[in-house]
Amino acid sequence: MNKTDALIIGAGPTGLFTAHQLKLIGLDCEVVDNLDKIGGQCIELYPDKPIYDIPAVPECTGEELTNNLIKQLKPFDIKFHLNERVEEVKKEENNWIVKTNNGTTFLTPNVIIAGGVGSFEPRKFSPKECEKFENKSLFYSVKNKKIFKDKVVSIFGGGDSALDWAVELSKDCSVNLIHRRDEFRGAQATIDKVHKLVKEGKINLFTKYQMTSVKGDERLESIEIKHDNNEIKNLKTDYVLGFFGLIMQLGPIANWGLNIDKKTIDVDTEKFETNQKGIYAVGDICKYPGKLKLILSGFHEGALAARACFKLARPNEKYRFEFTTTSTSLLKRLGKKE
Amino acid sequence: MAKITYITQDKKKHIVEVQNGLTVMEGAVQNDIPGIDADCGGGMACATCHVYVKQDWFNKLPKKEDGEEDMLDMAFEPKTNSRLSCQIIVSDEIDGLEVDIPSKQA
Repeated sequence: MNKTDALIIGAGPTGLFTAHQLKLIGLDCEVVDNLDKIGGQCIELYPDKPIYDIPAVPECTGEELTNNLIKQLKPFDIKFHLNERVEEVKKEENNWIVKTNNGTTFLTPNVIIAGGVGSFEPRKFSPKECEKFENKSLFYSVKNKKIFKDKVVSIFGGGDSALDWAVELSKDCSVNLIHRRDEFRGAQATIDKVHKLVKEGKINLFTKYQMTSVKGDERLESIEIKHDNNEIKNLKTDYVLGFFGLIMQLGPIANWGLNIDKKTIDVDTEKFETNQKGIYAVGDICKYPGKLKLILSGFHEGALAARACFKLARPNEKYRFEFTTTSTSLLKRLGKKE
Repeated sequence: MAKITYITQDKKKHIVEVQNGLTVMEGAVQNDIPGIDADCGGGMACATCHVYVKQDWFNKLPKKEDGEEDMLDMAFEPKTNSRLSCQIIVSDEIDGLEVDIPSKQA
């Protein structure tokens, strides 16, 4: 069991700056995120897109913003739990017990939800029968490519993941690559390589097709794909891979007894606390009168929630407001003074 | 002002007046029309405001920009008449537009 003063759910810009504020005022914290990297939407959805409305930063990309926030956390020791999704939150006296899908547990008086619009999950195929084969012969990511050796693998999608795997698996499997239109959005070099492999007969390419059904009892046997002009093809296949990017889903947070409306959580504007004492929501996921979904609002909300955490984490101490320009204790925590 | 008809999966027609300059996505969100989530808030980064535009209207709308087609690859059951509603700007010219909302956006 990990004991900490505050647990932050979400490693996007708001979660990162909230961690900074907690550490600065002398509390410890740990951060959980379902993605495999730090940065949240900034890094997953728009790493290259410039942002123009961060105060005192005239222009920066999602990736630059993330890197600067990580740099700002450098003086502090913060444990990140990536690739983990928080599943369960339970009250125990004055603490919350938080469990992730990997079985990591936390004991903490403060839980700060900085979850954006929810956790990123793979976008799935629409035919219902696909669920039956999921993680057996139908996958949304590749964990062990050896299982595909000498098999027929049908890959769906038109981005880098789909193209990269089509190229890689064409070395020792029979690959069908299926995409809904005849343009791809991957790196040009990879697209060229795919076209070359198609010419050489190493990849069977089906464009303007989408999956309509999967067939098989215990094992997947074939899939049915339909062209824009309604022509239907049956492909024998052992495995199916779908690469349609990620979608944000609120997930288990919906079951924690919070006031949730349209994927946002009601909070007060003093502590950014939810209807549950010790659970806060900051950033895009919180809602209050006048809420703006801007990164700068998330920074403000995190700063205030961090101060509220102090009360519950150090009930016998009094929080003193200090400036980083002058306070010896803050400068010590920042590593600027002995 | 333009009258926009949003048809939800239950075949129900939601007819609302949307101000010029807003997007078809904003018209849906402001009027609580179910099925248009717009998770990314109009940044063309999520495909959760995906709609099917009635064919005669589809050809009348300004053409898609590059990024929109890429994002539609990620949408739920995209078709040839798919659009991201955050990229359709409301004006008098689109008065009477009808869009169907996919059975789910997730």
